[in-house]
Amino acid sequence: MSRYRVQVRVMPRAALLDPQGQAVEHALHALGFGDVAQVRVGKHLVLEVKAATQEEAVAQARTMCDRLLANPVTEDYELAVEATR
Amino acid sequence: MTRVAVIVFPGSNCDADTLAAAREAGSDAYYVWHRDADLRQADVVVLPGGFSYGDYLRSGAIARFSPIMGAVAAHARAGGPVLGICNGFQILCEAGLLPGGLMRNARLKFLSRPAWVRVESTDTPFTGLYDRGDVLEIPIAHGDGRYVVDERTAAELEASDRVVWRYVRDNPNGSTRDIAGVCNAGRNVVGIMPHPERRNAPILGGQDGARVFYAMEARHATQHAVDVRAVGDRHLRV
Repeated sequence: MSRYRVQVRVMPRAALLDPQGQAVEHALHALGFGDVAQVRVGKHLVLEVKAATQEEAVAQARTMCDRLLANPVTEDYELAVEATR
Repeated sequence: MTRVAVIVFPGSNCDADTLAAAREAGSDAYYVWHRDADLRQADVVVLPGGFSYGDYLRSGAIARFSPIMGAVAAHARAGGPVLGICNGFQILCEAGLLPGGLMRNARLKFLSRPAWVRVESTDTPFTGLYDRGDVLEIPIAHGDGRYVVDERTAAELEASDRVVWRYVRDNPNGSTRDIAGVCNAGRNVVGIMPHPERRNAPILGGQDGARVFYAMEARHATQHAVDVRAVGDRHLRV
Protein backbone atom coordinates (compact mmCIF):
# COMPACT_ATOMS: atom_id res chain seq x y z
CA MET A 1 0.00 0.00 0.00
CA SER A 2 1.25 3.47 -0.84
CA ARG A 3 -0.01 6.82 0.25
CA TYR A 4 -1.50 9.17 -2.28
CA ARG A 5 -2.22 12.84 -1.96
CA VAL A 6 -5.58 13.75 -3.46
CA GLN A 7 -6.51 17.28 -4.42
CA VAL A 8 -10.13 17.96 -5.29
CA ARG A 9 -11.27 21.12 -7.00
CA VAL A 10 -14.99 21.69 -6.63
CA MET A 11 -16.61 24.44 -8.70
CA PRO A 12 -20.20 25.60 -8.99
CA ARG A 13 -21.75 24.36 -12.24
CA ALA A 14 -20.85 26.71 -15.09
CA ALA A 15 -24.49 27.27 -16.01
CA LEU A 16 -25.45 28.36 -12.48
CA LEU A 17 -25.28 31.82 -11.02
CA ASP A 18 -22.22 32.22 -8.79
CA PRO A 19 -22.96 35.26 -6.61
CA GLN A 20 -19.68 34.87 -4.70
CA GLY A 21 -17.75 35.04 -7.96
CA GLN A 22 -19.73 38.11 -9.00
CA ALA A 23 -19.05 39.86 -5.68
CA VAL A 24 -15.32 39.16 -5.96
CA GLU A 25 -15.35 40.37 -9.56
CA HIS A 26 -17.01 43.64 -8.54
CA ALA A 27 -14.42 44.11 -5.78
CA LEU A 28 -11.58 43.54 -8.26
CA HIS A 29 -13.11 46.09 -10.63
CA ALA A 30 -13.32 48.55 -7.72
CA LEU A 31 -9.61 47.98 -7.05
CA GLY A 32 -8.84 49.02 -10.61
CA PHE A 33 -8.55 45.59 -12.23
CA GLY A 34 -11.06 46.61 -14.86
CA ASP A 35 -10.24 43.81 -17.30
CA VAL A 36 -11.14 41.02 -14.91
CA ALA A 37 -14.07 38.84 -16.03
CA GLN A 38 -15.61 35.43 -15.37
CA VAL A 39 -14.60 35.21 -11.71
CA ARG A 40 -15.90 32.06 -10.05
CA VAL A 41 -15.38 30.84 -6.50
CA GLY A 42 -15.11 27.16 -5.66
CA LYS A 43 -13.30 25.11 -3.06
CA HIS A 44 -10.17 23.06 -2.85
CA LEU A 45 -9.91 19.97 -0.67
CA VAL A 46 -6.71 18.10 0.09
CA LEU A 47 -6.57 14.63 1.60
CA GLU A 48 -4.44 11.50 1.77
CA VAL A 49 -5.52 7.94 1.00
CA LYS A 50 -3.78 4.55 1.16
CA ALA A 51 -4.14 2.44 -1.96
CA ALA A 52 -2.33 -0.34 -3.83
CA THR A 53 -2.11 1.61 -7.06
CA GLN A 54 -2.64 5.09 -8.40
CA GLU A 55 -5.74 3.86 -10.25
CA GLU A 56 -7.23 2.56 -7.02
CA ALA A 57 -6.51 5.88 -5.30
CA VAL A 58 -8.26 7.73 -8.13
CA ALA A 59 -11.23 5.37 -7.95
CA GLN A 60 -11.51 5.90 -4.18
CA ALA A 61 -11.32 9.66 -4.57
CA ARG A 62 -13.95 9.62 -7.30
CA THR A 63 -16.33 7.68 -5.08
CA MET A 64 -15.75 10.16 -2.24
CA CYS A 65 -16.58 13.05 -4.57
CA ASP A 66 -19.69 11.38 -5.94
CA ARG A 67 -21.00 10.51 -2.49
CA LEU A 68 -20.01 13.52 -0.39
CA LEU A 69 -17.40 16.00 -1.51
CA ALA A 70 -19.33 17.42 -4.48
CA ASN A 71 -23.04 17.71 -5.18
CA PRO A 72 -23.64 16.54 -8.75
CA VAL A 73 -26.73 18.77 -9.03
CA THR A 74 -24.91 22.01 -8.33
CA GLU A 75 -21.17 21.35 -8.66
CA ASP A 76 -18.47 19.86 -10.89
CA TYR A 77 -15.18 18.51 -9.62
CA GLU A 78 -11.68 17.72 -10.87
CA LEU A 79 -9.16 15.42 -9.24
CA ALA A 80 -5.39 15.42 -9.04
CA VAL A 81 -3.80 12.35 -7.42
CA GLU A 82 -0.07 11.86 -6.79
CA ALA A 83 1.99 9.42 -4.75
CA THR A 84 3.50 10.83 -1.56
CA ARG A 85 6.82 9.68 -0.12
CA MET B 1 -53.19 10.91 17.26
CA THR B 2 -50.54 11.15 14.61
CA ARG B 3 -47.05 10.25 15.79
CA VAL B 4 -44.71 12.95 14.53
CA ALA B 5 -40.95 12.36 14.82
CA VAL B 6 -38.91 15.59 14.83
CA ILE B 7 -35.32 14.68 14.00
CA VAL B 8 -32.66 16.56 15.96
CA PHE B 9 -29.24 17.00 14.37
CA PRO B 10 -26.30 18.75 16.01
CA GLY B 11 -27.02 22.33 14.96
CA SER B 12 -30.80 22.00 14.51
CA ASN B 13 -32.38 25.12 16.01
CA CYS B 14 -36.04 24.98 14.92
CA ASP B 15 -36.69 21.58 16.52
CA ALA B 16 -38.47 23.00 19.59
CA ASP B 17 -40.73 25.28 17.51
CA THR B 18 -41.56 22.43 15.15
CA LEU B 19 -42.39 20.08 18.03
CA ALA B 20 -44.58 22.76 19.63
CA ALA B 21 -46.42 23.45 16.36
CA ALA B 22 -47.13 19.74 15.83
CA ARG B 23 -48.36 19.34 19.43
CA GLU B 24 -50.50 22.48 19.09
CA ALA B 25 -52.20 20.78 16.14
CA GLY B 26 -52.96 17.75 18.31
CA SER B 27 -50.17 15.40 17.25
CA ASP B 28 -48.13 13.16 19.51
CA ALA B 29 -44.80 14.76 18.59
CA TYR B 30 -41.44 13.70 19.98
CA TYR B 31 -37.73 14.19 19.29
CA VAL B 32 -35.53 11.58 17.67
CA TRP B 33 -31.77 12.10 18.02
CA HIS B 34 -29.86 11.81 14.73
CA ARG B 35 -27.66 8.99 16.05
CA ASP B 36 -30.68 6.78 16.72
CA ALA B 37 -31.71 4.37 14.00
CA ASP B 38 -35.35 3.92 15.01
CA LEU B 39 -38.23 6.32 14.29
CA ARG B 40 -40.35 4.67 17.03
CA GLN B 41 -43.45 3.97 14.88
CA ALA B 42 -43.65 7.47 13.46
CA ASP B 43 -46.53 8.28 11.12
CA VAL B 44 -44.86 11.50 9.97
CA VAL B 45 -41.20 12.56 10.00
CA VAL B 46 -40.14 16.21 10.12
CA LEU B 47 -36.59 17.41 9.51
CA PRO B 48 -36.47 20.84 11.15
CA GLY B 49 -34.52 23.96 10.30
CA GLY B 50 -31.14 24.96 11.61
CA PHE B 51 -27.50 24.56 10.71
CA SER B 52 -26.77 20.85 10.99
CA TYR B 53 -23.01 20.29 11.26
CA GLY B 54 -22.47 24.03 10.92
CA ASP B 55 -23.40 23.82 7.22
CA TYR B 56 -19.84 22.54 6.70
CA LEU B 57 -18.99 21.47 3.15
CA ARG B 58 -22.57 22.22 1.95
CA SER B 59 -25.81 22.75 3.86
CA GLY B 60 -27.19 19.31 4.72
CA ALA B 61 -24.30 17.39 3.12
CA ILE B 62 -23.05 15.77 6.32
CA ALA B 63 -26.39 15.38 8.11
CA ARG B 64 -27.66 13.20 5.28
CA PHE B 65 -25.26 10.47 6.45
CA SER B 66 -26.50 10.52 10.06
CA PRO B 67 -27.61 7.05 11.25
CA ILE B 68 -31.30 8.07 11.42
CA MET B 69 -31.36 8.95 7.72
CA GLY B 70 -31.48 5.25 6.79
CA ALA B 71 -34.77 4.95 8.67
CA VAL B 72 -36.03 8.24 7.18
CA ALA B 73 -35.29 6.98 3.65
CA ALA B 74 -37.03 3.65 4.39
CA HIS B 75 -40.07 5.53 5.78
CA ALA B 76 -40.12 7.69 2.62
CA ARG B 77 -39.78 4.68 0.30
CA ALA B 78 -42.74 3.04 2.07
CA GLY B 79 -44.84 6.13 1.26
CA GLY B 80 -44.63 7.68 4.74
CA PRO B 81 -44.95 11.49 4.89
CA VAL B 82 -41.67 13.38 5.34
CA LEU B 83 -41.44 17.16 5.64
CA GLY B 84 -38.14 19.05 5.46
CA ILE B 85 -38.20 22.67 6.56
CA CYS B 86 -35.29 24.95 5.54
CA ASN B 87 -32.19 22.96 6.58
CA GLY B 88 -34.46 19.90 6.51
CA PHE B 89 -35.23 20.67 2.85
CA GLN B 90 -31.49 20.97 2.17
CA ILE B 91 -30.87 17.60 3.84
CA LEU B 92 -33.62 15.91 1.78
CA CYS B 93 -32.08 17.27 -1.43
CA GLU B 94 -28.60 16.13 -0.41
CA ALA B 95 -30.04 12.70 0.45
CA GLY B 96 -31.58 12.44 -3.03
CA LEU B 97 -35.09 12.15 -1.57
CA LEU B 98 -36.01 15.39 -3.35
CA PRO B 99 -34.70 16.65 -6.71
CA GLY B 100 -32.48 19.71 -7.02
CA GLY B 101 -30.25 21.49 -4.56
CA LEU B 102 -30.07 24.71 -2.52
CA MET B 103 -27.31 27.22 -3.17
CA ARG B 104 -26.19 30.54 -1.72
CA ASN B 105 -28.82 33.29 -1.97
CA ALA B 106 -28.40 35.25 -5.20
CA ARG B 107 -27.63 38.44 -3.29
CA LEU B 108 -25.44 36.55 -0.77
CA LYS B 109 -27.11 38.05 2.29
CA PHE B 110 -28.61 35.86 5.02
CA LEU B 111 -32.32 36.72 5.00
CA SER B 112 -34.49 36.62 8.12
CA ARG B 113 -37.80 38.27 7.32
CA PRO B 114 -41.36 37.56 6.22
CA ALA B 115 -41.90 36.12 2.75
CA TRP B 116 -45.03 35.41 0.78
CA VAL B 117 -45.69 32.06 -0.85
CA ARG B 118 -48.59 30.81 -2.94
CA VAL B 119 -49.87 27.28 -2.41
CA GLU B 120 -49.44 25.65 -5.83
CA SER B 121 -50.40 22.10 -4.94
CA THR B 122 -52.75 20.79 -2.27
CA ASP B 123 -52.06 17.18 -3.19
CA THR B 124 -49.48 16.48 -0.44
CA PRO B 125 -49.79 15.31 3.18
CA PHE B 126 -48.90 18.85 4.35
CA THR B 127 -50.93 21.15 2.11
CA GLY B 128 -54.29 19.34 1.96
CA LEU B 129 -56.00 21.87 4.23
CA TYR B 130 -55.10 24.86 2.02
CA ASP B 131 -56.74 25.91 -1.20
CA ARG B 132 -54.69 26.17 -4.35
CA GLY B 133 -53.76 29.82 -4.83
CA ASP B 134 -53.79 30.71 -1.11
CA VAL B 135 -51.09 33.30 -0.44
CA LEU B 136 -49.40 32.80 2.92
CA GLU B 137 -47.11 35.04 4.90
CA ILE B 138 -44.42 32.80 6.34
CA PRO B 139 -40.96 33.85 7.54
CA ILE B 140 -37.75 32.83 5.86
CA ALA B 141 -34.39 32.52 7.64
CA HIS B 142 -31.71 31.23 5.31
CA GLY B 143 -28.44 31.94 3.56
CA ASP B 144 -28.60 28.98 1.16
CA GLY B 145 -32.14 29.12 -0.13
CA ARG B 146 -31.71 29.41 -3.88
CA TYR B 147 -33.39 26.28 -5.24
CA VAL B 148 -31.66 25.10 -8.39
CA VAL B 149 -32.60 22.26 -10.69
CA ASP B 150 -31.85 21.58 -14.34
CA GLU B 151 -34.37 22.83 -16.88
CA ARG B 152 -35.65 19.39 -17.81
CA THR B 153 -36.39 18.49 -14.18
CA ALA B 154 -37.94 21.93 -13.57
CA ALA B 155 -40.33 21.39 -16.48
CA GLU B 156 -41.13 17.92 -15.16
CA LEU B 157 -41.86 19.33 -11.68
CA GLU B 158 -44.24 21.89 -13.18
CA ALA B 159 -45.96 19.36 -15.44
CA SER B 160 -46.54 16.89 -12.62
CA ASP B 161 -47.83 19.48 -10.10
CA ARG B 162 -44.78 18.99 -7.88
CA VAL B 163 -44.03 22.67 -7.25
CA VAL B 164 -45.84 22.91 -3.90
CA TRP B 165 -45.13 26.53 -2.92
CA ARG B 166 -43.91 29.47 -4.99
CA TYR B 167 -42.69 32.87 -3.84
CA VAL B 168 -44.94 35.77 -4.80
CA ARG B 169 -44.42 39.55 -4.56
CA ASP B 170 -40.66 38.97 -4.72
CA ASN B 171 -38.21 36.11 -5.03
CA PRO B 172 -35.95 36.55 -2.01
CA ASN B 173 -33.13 34.22 -2.99
CA GLY B 174 -33.13 33.90 -6.80
CA SER B 175 -34.59 30.37 -6.81
CA THR B 176 -35.44 28.70 -10.13
CA ARG B 177 -38.99 29.59 -11.24
CA ASP B 178 -39.61 31.26 -7.83
CA ILE B 179 -39.82 27.82 -6.25
CA ALA B 180 -40.14 27.82 -2.43
CA GLY B 181 -41.04 24.13 -1.97
CA VAL B 182 -41.35 20.90 -3.94
CA CYS B 183 -42.39 17.29 -3.45
CA ASN B 184 -41.10 13.95 -4.77
CA ALA B 185 -42.82 11.87 -7.44
CA GLY B 186 -44.69 9.90 -4.76
CA ARG B 187 -45.90 13.24 -3.29
CA ASN B 188 -45.13 12.04 0.27
CA VAL B 189 -41.75 13.79 0.65
CA VAL B 190 -42.04 17.59 0.77
CA GLY B 191 -39.46 20.35 1.27
CA ILE B 192 -40.05 24.03 1.99
CA MET B 193 -37.59 26.87 2.65
CA PRO B 194 -39.90 29.19 4.68
CA HIS B 195 -40.77 28.24 8.28
CA PRO B 196 -44.47 27.38 8.79
CA GLU B 197 -43.72 26.50 12.45
CA ARG B 198 -42.96 30.18 13.06
CA ARG B 199 -46.45 31.31 12.00
CA ASN B 200 -48.84 28.92 13.70
CA ALA B 201 -50.47 31.26 16.26
CA PRO B 202 -51.66 34.88 16.41
CA ILE B 203 -49.08 35.62 19.12
CA LEU B 204 -46.37 34.84 16.53
CA GLY B 205 -47.78 37.42 14.14
CA GLY B 206 -50.10 35.13 12.24
CA GLN B 207 -51.15 31.54 11.70
CA ASP B 208 -50.69 31.06 7.98
CA GLY B 209 -48.37 28.10 8.64
CA ALA B 210 -50.61 26.26 11.11
CA ARG B 211 -52.47 24.19 8.54
CA VAL B 212 -49.24 22.43 7.56
CA PHE B 213 -49.37 20.83 11.02
CA TYR B 214 -53.14 20.41 11.23
CA ALA B 215 -52.92 18.55 7.92
CA MET B 216 -50.74 15.88 9.54
CA GLU B 217 -53.44 15.24 12.14
CA ALA B 218 -56.35 15.54 9.69
CA ARG B 219 -54.75 13.08 7.31
CA HIS B 220 -54.45 10.59 10.14
CA ALA B 221 -58.08 11.11 11.14
CA THR B 222 -59.18 10.60 7.54
CA GLN B 223 -57.13 7.43 7.38
CA HIS B 224 -59.02 6.05 10.39
CA ALA B 225 -62.37 7.14 9.00
CA VAL B 226 -61.63 5.16 5.85
CA ASP B 227 -60.74 2.14 7.98
CA VAL B 228 -64.07 2.39 9.78
CA ARG B 229 -66.08 2.70 6.58
CA ALA B 230 -64.28 -0.30 5.15
CA VAL B 231 -66.33 -2.63 7.38
CA GLY B 232 -69.68 -1.45 6.07
CA ASP B 233 -72.51 -0.61 8.45
CA ARG B 234 -70.70 -1.92 11.49
CA HIS B 235 -68.63 0.74 13.19
CA LEU B 236 -65.61 -1.32 13.86
CA ARG B 237 -61.98 -0.39 13.51
CA VAL B 238 -60.19 -2.74 11.15
